[in-house]
Amino acid sequence: MRRTVLQNAHLIDHRGDHGKADLYLRDDVIEGIDLGGEVAQTIDVAGAVVTPAFIDLHAHLREPGQEVKEDLRSGLGAAVAGGYGTVVSMANTTPVVDEPGLVTEMLSKSEALGLARLRPAAALSRGLQGKQLTDFAALREAGAVMITDDGEPVKDAHLLRRACEYAAELGLVVQTHSEEPGLRQDGVMNEGLVSQRLGLPGNPVAAEAAMIYRDCEVAMLSGGRLHVAHVSSKRGLQVVEWFKAQGAPVTAEVTPHHLTLSDETLEGFDPVYKVAPPLRTHDDVAYLRNALIRGVIDAIGTDHAPHTQAEKERDLLEAPFGIANIEVTFPLLYSELVANGGLELSTLLDLLQGGPARVMGWQVPTLEATRAADLVVLDLETGRRVAPETFKSKAKQSPWTGQVLKGWPVMTFVRGKMVFEREVLSD
Amino acid sequence: MTPAITPTVPERASTQGKKQHLLDLQEWSAEEVWALFETTDVMAQVMTRTIKKVPALQGFTVGTLFFENSTRTRLSFERAARAQSADVISFATGGSSMSKGESLKDTLRTIDALKADLYVVRHQAAGVPYQLTRWTDAAIVNAGDGRRAHPTQALLDTYTFRECSPGFDGFEGKKLTIVGDIAHSRVARSNLRLWTKLGAQVTLCGPSTLLPHELEQFPGVTRCFRLEEAVEGAHAVMALRLQLERMQKGLLPSLAEYQARYRLTPEVMALADAQALVMHPGPMNRDVEIDGELADSERSVVERQVANGVPVRMAVLYTLLVGRQ
Repeated sequence: MRRTVLQNAHLIDHRGDHGKADLYLRDDVIEGIDLGGEVAQTIDVAGAVVTPAFIDLHAHLREPGQEVKEDLRSGLGAAVAGGYGTVVSMANTTPVVDEPGLVTEMLSKSEALGLARLRPAAALSRGLQGKQLTDFAALREAGAVMITDDGEPVKDAHLLRRACEYAAELGLVVQTHSEEPGLRQDGVMNEGLVSQRLGLPGNPVAAEAAMIYRDCEVAMLSGGRLHVAHVSSKRGLQVVEWFKAQGAPVTAEVTPHHLTLSDETLEGFDPVYKVAPPLRTHDDVAYLRNALIRGVIDAIGTDHAPHTQAEKERDLLEAPFGIANIEVTFPLLYSELVANGGLELSTLLDLLQGGPARVMGWQVPTLEATRAADLVVLDLETGRRVAPETFKSKAKQSPWTGQVLKGWPVMTFVRGKMVFEREVLSD
Repeated sequence: MTPAITPTVPERASTQGKKQHLLDLQEWSAEEVWALFETTDVMAQVMTRTIKKVPALQGFTVGTLFFENSTRTRLSFERAARAQSADVISFATGGSSMSKGESLKDTLRTIDALKADLYVVRHQAAGVPYQLTRWTDAAIVNAGDGRRAHPTQALLDTYTFRECSPGFDGFEGKKLTIVGDIAHSRVARSNLRLWTKLGAQVTLCGPSTLLPHELEQFPGVTRCFRLEEAVEGAHAVMALRLQLERMQKGLLPSLAEYQARYRLTPEVMALADAQALVMHPGPMNRDVEIDGELADSERSVVERQVANGVPVRMAVLYTLLVGRQ
């Protein structure tokens, strides 16, 4: 038995703010508060917030096959640096995660790393081809927790219908990347005034809204649990709200970038801002932010999508879609939405902890005794500059480079072990 | 409770003060454009001499980087550089390393080792000339990027209007019309920016599938689907080349329908100002977007547009290379 104490911890979980106390961990679980007694390790967190580690339902970790962009070590290392204790990895790797052997292999690899807990998603269709379903039952048995062709919309509505039906029977969540391909065409940014000004092919909001509508109808028809990934637009979210109001089995996530960046960022022609779905207008950003406050968004998913520097230095038609953000998600959202934005800290935390857990049907993490000692220590006071060269992720580029943010995770514990500690260098 | 909205907007890749690049025309003031036209007048005079060469850019090296094919524009720039005694190095891709996934930056760095003072860049993706300014100290001239901009074409079109318009007295109060595939046209985008900057009213005309409604939010711009209305009272009408693959992409029902509705004819031009000019940036699809006879008529300044390409580009190279010393 090994006991650890986090002294002078400001304890917060979804039940509320528990004030300053000493939090005791025993092996891989929380033991209790202010227990006293002998400990192997004492860590004074000096009044910093201690709260359950975050859960990301949407990260591209690129292994297997795309290790030049990211691998399990760098991706899960980046995750713990961002305060995440659990990560759902997307299946659009090379090969695609569409068979149980790959799931097993990824799980054993990640266990050995001892960083964040990996919860792999499996592909909905073999090879993400949108034609034939994968073996959901076997994939679930191997440890896959979600079914998704993320990166690609499911073009064939019939395939999605059968996927939702089959997943429902097995208790799996189906996640969709909802963009109607015919409307999206070859768009590389939001279609609108800015895309016309920049002469770049546009991807209209209608592509997202129409496909969310179709996907939600299919969910209602099939009774399957549908999770709509990365809702980027006002109209897209309004569709989700409309279905939710009718009791559809639908949840939705938004990303840190859609909550903080608009399409005007592309005026500088930097592919670091090229992402799918695209960054929308100020109005959309405002609507998504208000939706967080109104409680109609279930979770924040990062859609962490690392690419190499060289790929992001190609032209805007050729450069790949994606923003690497898992390490800055909390400080970014804390600084822009809580410190300067009118969102309650407890709401933001819930969108990163309880929200994702409820989407998946998992137990909501708390600081109660016997619960997993997956924790993050947050420094809400010190401003630190976003410095991509220090990222654990292999993607050393960021839309927020140089911005001074507060709320950085300074320590992360997974299974009671400290898996990340930030060097104390403030500027 | 509405949270403050402060989405991050990066610094634009624009230049302030002395012009270092010609990326697009919104960064150039009307005064700078008029000054450039005075330089163009001098260059045009050079091109009438027996020996069409001056030593103005001796010792400078101009690189032409054409990632997308365009023999005409490239030749025009190379002629403009050589006529001022600059050295010219040319780089054109066509299945070279770029298509094998080499990054834009690496390609530029490789070429930059050849030490040109100015690069003329043509690329199929909007924004590439801006991206290149981050990785080289050389001046960049945009020779066409995607659908975005083709500033030297707009300058030569505008110079041609100034030259050929009888009793030219500026652009204030002028109605200038562009007809055709506006959506995919960098020529249209650059011209509407420049013409509205100089005080003209710009009317864009074409089928709605090729005429994005957002362009109406640009100051000084009107959108119009009827050719007769667009041409009525116009002081110049420019027809754009219709890319024949637009039919396959479902943007147009048929060539015949387009010709019936939007082909510029002598009959339609009768509705324009009595001294209106007919323009075309080339290459022309005769009898598709413009009546063949009209293209050869007295109203047509198509040949002047081509001829003015060299002196305008001479003036651009001179202004950027000598002007920044």
